[in-house]
Amino acid sequence: MVKTQQRAPKAPEAAVRKKVNQSTGDRVFMGLIYTFLIIALVLVLYPLIYVVSSSFSSAHAVISGQVWLFPVEPTLDGYLRVFKNGSVLTGFKNSFILLFVGTSINVVMTILAAYPMSRRTFGAGRLIMRLFVFCMIFSGGLIPMYIVVNSLHLTDSLWGLMLPNALTVYYVIIARTFFSTTIPEELYESAYLDGCQDFRILFSIVLPLSKAVIAVLALMYGIQHWNSYFNSLIYLKSQELYPLQLVLRNILIQNSVDISSVADMKTMLEMEGMRDLLKYALIVVSSLPILAVYPFVQKYFVKGMMLGAVKG
Amino acid sequence: MKTSSRKKAGLPELARKEWRRNWQLYVIILLPLVYLVVFHFTPMAGAVLAFKDFNIKAGIFGSDWAGLKYFRQFFNSPQFKTLITNTLALSFSQLVFGFPMPILLALALNEVSSLRFKKTVQLVTYAPYFISTVVLVSLVYQFLDPRSGFISQALQQVGITGNLLGMSGAFRPVYVLSGIWQITGYNAILYIAALSSVDPSLYEAATVDGASRLQRIIHVDLPCIMPTIIVLLILESGKVMNIGFEKVFLMQNDMNLIKSEIISTYVYKIGLVNAQYSFSAAVGLFNSVVNAALVITVNRIAKRFGEVGLW
Repeated sequence: MVKTQQRAPKAPEAAVRKKVNQSTGDRVFMGLIYTFLIIALVLVLYPLIYVVSSSFSSAHAVISGQVWLFPVEPTLDGYLRVFKNGSVLTGFKNSFILLFVGTSINVVMTILAAYPMSRRTFGAGRLIMRLFVFCMIFSGGLIPMYIVVNSLHLTDSLWGLMLPNALTVYYVIIARTFFSTTIPEELYESAYLDGCQDFRILFSIVLPLSKAVIAVLALMYGIQHWNSYFNSLIYLKSQELYPLQLVLRNILIQNSVDISSVADMKTMLEMEGMRDLLKYALIVVSSLPILAVYPFVQKYFVKGMMLGAVKG
Repeated sequence: MKTSSRKKAGLPELARKEWRRNWQLYVIILLPLVYLVVFHFTPMAGAVLAFKDFNIKAGIFGSDWAGLKYFRQFFNSPQFKTLITNTLALSFSQLVFGFPMPILLALALNEVSSLRFKKTVQLVTYAPYFISTVVLVSLVYQFLDPRSGFISQALQQVGITGNLLGMSGAFRPVYVLSGIWQITGYNAILYIAALSSVDPSLYEAATVDGASRLQRIIHVDLPCIMPTIIVLLILESGKVMNIGFEKVFLMQNDMNLIKSEIISTYVYKIGLVNAQYSFSAAVGLFNSVVNAALVITVNRIAKRFGEVGLW
């Protein structure tokens, strides 16, 4: 919405610019701008292409540095090994649980917190808002948090990754801003006149009008769950609970992947190559779920950022 | 329901009225409040641990008082200076080199008239934001691998040899550059939005006055997005003590530890790895307090400048 409205007056303006005053200096300048943007494009894109191409190449080609743009000696070896790796599959399972259950908890809690605070007639709203902001600015620190989570018996369980982060104050502020700027006060007044109370107002009026912010919240929380590893690092002990990012850390960064059991490995070099190939394939597989959806949901992220920039 | 009972003491009539009108709102917000108490206020109270000699059997509140012992221990330890220096140096190099990039990208994109090209650049530069920290750091490891990494191979052509990952001097540049690669496109969004709301008549007036493109950027675009720039700069500088644990921890190794040990990684190691709970809590509390003070100050300044704050 915001984007289209703002872009509309730009079109004629761009035309004016094109017609008037294209001096040599301006043309050189535009050349520089395009060069800058193309360099930026290549710098961002090349590593991504390199990873994808490597993941489809043979282990030998990867280790001997033959891959530079397109796959060399294309195979699916890397991917086959990724899907044969038990810990990766468990990681995917756990991450999907976190993604769905955790994100649902987040969205529900955020709305429960944000809706009352967005109401101007809510007497305790300002005070509660202060409490939330205080929690955003100040924290007790890692060790006291760990002791609390531990004493609630939430360590070494997926709940320990979901409940202590049931909401992020910053996103509550975003949702509150959305409610208080998009839902007109008159709507509440007429709902009250019709005998509607807040439970019903929230479910039957506010939520149906808030699909955009729900999408924004689900995306932002979902990415958090999918990409973070810190909480699982400190709270989990059992390997079978490890989410994908922790499995990835062990394989990609600590190099602890067991491929020596594979019989057809002849030399150290070949093993190194296979390890790299597995890594590239793993990087592609683990990033794919998000990279595949993001072009379609991009506008919601933009919207979320804009909402965050508006003061409450 | 803290408020209603507080009000009941002084103004029982008002409180009753408020409760009657809004009791459903209080019920709705009850769960988030319980969450705040359990997972935010309890750990805050638990931070008192920093002033105690922690004893597992006695628990946090039953342990003996230690006063400022652990704070003194930290301030007098040889690590103190290194940790503060490393944390601030890393934050500031990220700020100095990383902050201008999204502005440049947005200004350049704003000049492009081809909508398709503009969208392509945006879509691509935006993508690395969605890559997880673990994957980002592993990409850095792969590309900088002295034997097979393509970046280190290219660097060898220009005479830079050796394992960059093992050099303490390379830690900050690698951290900052990989950060720029990941976040520039995403951070450009706000500037692009600010630029798209610039009044077109300003451009026309500038063009009529004979301004070149560069002059229009300097005299029209920049002043128009200056409030956004100032506010974001102020807010970013509020985060200097709060640099993220995740990426630094993954990039650490024995060789670069002298430059890469920052407060948050140190708190993790002495606390959860070495189980020195009280000492770690003291370091963590020190960091929280400094950080909170910074954020509050900075938010005040931002509000004065652009009437935009975090809250």
